Amino acid sequence: MSNTLATPRIRAPRSARVGEVVEIRTLMEHPMETGLRQEAGRAIPRDMLTRMTIRLNGEALLEAEFRNGTAANPFHVFFLRLERASELEFTWTDETGRTARAVHRIALA
Amino acid sequence: MSTFPRRAALSLVLLPFAALAQDDALAAAIRAEIGDAAPQEGGITLRVPPVAENGGQVPVTVLVDSPQTTARHATAIHLFATRNPTPGIASFKLGPALARAEIQTRIRIAENQVLVVVARMNDGSVHRATTEIRVSTGGCLT
Repeated sequence: MSNTLATPRIRAPRSARVGEVVEIRTLMEHPMETGLRQEAGRAIPRDMLTRMTIRLNGEALLEAEFRNGTAANPFHVFFLRLERASELEFTWTDETGRTARAVHRIALA
Repeated sequence: MSTFPRRAALSLVLLPFAALAQDDALAAAIRAEIGDAAPQEGGITLRVPPVAENGGQVPVTVLVDSPQTTARHATAIHLFATRNPTPGIASFKLGPALARAEIQTRIRIAENQVLVVVARMNDGSVHRATTEIRVSTGGCLT
C-alpha cells in the first residue's frame, strides 16, 4: 500500500454554453484489493477506496460508495447540465481515511 | 466406497446450501439499501457488453428512465452481483443537478450471472431491473 493516493484524472470541458449537457469522466488509479484474492497461497491485504464525492458549486451532485464489486482503477462517467460557470470538486476516500482531491472549473462559452 | 463418489455426494448436499447463503447475502444487501420497499420491475435501462472479455473490468451503464429535475429525479442507484463472493458492487446518490439519471461504471464479475440494479426516486418509489452478464474470464479472485 503506498502512502498517498494517486492523482485523480478528470476529463471534462473547460467551457460550455448555458443549458449544455457536458460529459464528465473520472479515473482514479487504485488496486481496489478486496482481500479475497490470493497470491502464492497468501491473501493479498485489503486496500479499497470507499467513497467518491462530487460537489457542484459546493452542493452534493454525485456520491458513490464502493463495495467489492467495483473494478480496480474506478472509472465513472456522468452528465451535467450547465446552468452557470461552475466548479466541480472531486474527493476520493479510502478505508484508512486517506483522501485525494481534484477541482475542475467550467467557464461559460 | 472410494473417496470420489463420497465427495461428489457431499458436494451435491452442500451446493444448494452455498447457493442459498449467496441468495441470503444478496437479499440482505438489497434490504440494507431499500428497506422493505417493494420495487417495481423496470423503469431502468441497463447496458452491458454481450460477453465481457475480462471479468475484472466490465463496463456497465445504468440509466433510470426518468427526468432528472428538482420535481422528479432519481436519488439513488444500487448495483448488486448475484454470483460474486460478496453481492455489493456500488451505491450512487444522485443530485437533481445531473443532466440525467445516468451513471457509467466498471464492475467485477466472478462468473456468468445476473446483475441486479435498484433505483430510488425522490417520491420514495423504488424500481428494479436485471440483466445477464457473461464473462470469458472471472474477475474477482484472479
